[in-house]
Amino acid sequence: MDGTLISLFSAVESGTIYALMALGVYLSFRILDFPDLTVDGSFVTGGAVAAISIVNGVPPVLATFYAAIAGFLAGVVTGILNTKGKINPLLSGILMMIALYSINLRIMDKPNVALLNEPTMFSQVEGFWASLGIDNFLNGIFTMAGSDRVPGTWAILIIMVIITLIIKFITDYFLKTEVGLALRATGDNEKMIRSFSANTDILTIVGLGISNALVALSGAFIAQYGGFSDVNMGIGMIVIGLASVIIGEALFGTKTIARTTLAVIGGAIVYRIVLTLALKVKFLETGDAKLITAVIVILALVAPKIIATQKEAQRKKRKRAMLASGEGANNA
Amino acid sequence: MLSMQDIAITFNEGTLDEKKALQDINLEMQKGDFVTVIGSNGAGKSTLMNMISGSLKPDIGTVKINDKNVTLLPEHKRSQFIGRVFQDPMAGTAPTMTIEENLAMAYARNKKRTLKVGVSKKRKALFKEHLETLHLGLESRLNAKVGLLSGGERQALSLLMATFTEPNILLLDEHTAALDPSRAELITNLTGEVVEQFGLTTLMVTHNMQQALDLGNRLIMMDKGQIILEVSGEDKQKLTIEKLLHEFQRIRGTQMENDRAILG
Repeated sequence: MDGTLISLFSAVESGTIYALMALGVYLSFRILDFPDLTVDGSFVTGGAVAAISIVNGVPPVLATFYAAIAGFLAGVVTGILNTKGKINPLLSGILMMIALYSINLRIMDKPNVALLNEPTMFSQVEGFWASLGIDNFLNGIFTMAGSDRVPGTWAILIIMVIITLIIKFITDYFLKTEVGLALRATGDNEKMIRSFSANTDILTIVGLGISNALVALSGAFIAQYGGFSDVNMGIGMIVIGLASVIIGEALFGTKTIARTTLAVIGGAIVYRIVLTLALKVKFLETGDAKLITAVIVILALVAPKIIATQKEAQRKKRKRAMLASGEGANNA
Repeated sequence: MLSMQDIAITFNEGTLDEKKALQDINLEMQKGDFVTVIGSNGAGKSTLMNMISGSLKPDIGTVKINDKNVTLLPEHKRSQFIGRVFQDPMAGTAPTMTIEENLAMAYARNKKRTLKVGVSKKRKALFKEHLETLHLGLESRLNAKVGLLSGGERQALSLLMATFTEPNILLLDEHTAALDPSRAELITNLTGEVVEQFGLTTLMVTHNMQQALDLGNRLIMMDKGQIILEVSGEDKQKLTIEKLLHEFQRIRGTQMENDRAILG
């Protein structure tokens, strides 16, 4: 074993954090049918607000909360640009993304903020977690599975799984409430839900707010996980979000809302695993990550269609063969 | 119930494409009135509908619902009082959502939307009860996505969604025009039943003259943005397609142009 297991562990760990971002993208992209590029900016906003707050002595939990609020506001502005300013969805998002780049620089006052010696939500939990002694047990399993290295702590994975699942369940519930149904209909058939007295402008604005709050929350956790916030950490984030949504839906299905949100979380983790394994290939470098991402998305988009076409062709072939042999029997 | 006074609107004013879409429209509807609207393409029927629903605002004139001036009230607020069924069977329902979810959205029309679950057990029973009145077996498919239903089923569901909260006014915009004859007949019959059941004040635009004669207690004919003929009560019951065409020719001095209307 050459540390594959341990890097897979890291992939799952960061996957659960990016899953929040993927849930945000799911809300805008699938529920509201709004391809929202704000994500590239609001992810950094989340990281920046959390980092700068922590550096200035704000407790990490509160700093993370501020990050979500900042993301919410970014989404609200995109929503207002689209609904009140009548700017097309893609352009609203792009405008907000580019504006946020400068705003994020202003928030941090420099291109990056380090958190190495600062408390984070994870460092605060780690101490408590270590005292429980569960790590020894889990690491034992890890060693038995054949790994010569073990994770430093399981706290991050455990806490992120809990947070991500809580947010998933809240999202599932919200999308079934009267407001949530109206929000889904806004993305599905806007004319119809307006004729049932829903204010689609407000719903779009609030929906994008919630979506970007989740994205910023994810950014805040990533900053605390990696120990820094960087103004460029959001580049390509929307594509990673889409990759997670599309992979998740293709692998785990979309039968119900609860199933789909779980699929999106699964998609985010699978994406990280695939990326990690791809980067283990000898001739690929870290800088190729974005290219690999693009290829993964393309495969996830194209492969299901090719498989479906082949299945259909085989079905027809079987049917023809069956009919032909049936006729043969009749003639004989 | 509904009152329109001196409504007028002109599209593209001051350009070559200027079109007086509505002129001097005065229409009073009492509670329980069922008015059918006929007229050739471009007569202003749809504009009239949009004026009532609020998706268009008049240049001049006022619209009142229940003696309340709603002329400037935005569409989504006005739709608390108004139920609508569109011509396109795809337009009145959300395809990726289930039958019960669609009904829950319609149920919330005249209430404030909250963070409570939209499809509660109690409501499910209510939805079932209402679906049974359609006799399409939809009551056993509450969890089916609406996109899987046929055009006729979707339009029946749209009709139910528009009416079961008993809106002050029901607007039907050629809602059987996109269906095959047997489905259109089914929806026409359902419309008659449901309007009677709830005593709804209804305005129905149609291209089908026979339908306009069969349904409702009043009929108006529009042409070039004006109401040119109004018939109600016993006079309407005695009306035939021939008489209507004759009337049109007498008033306008030309034949009615629309083949679709005549053949209907």
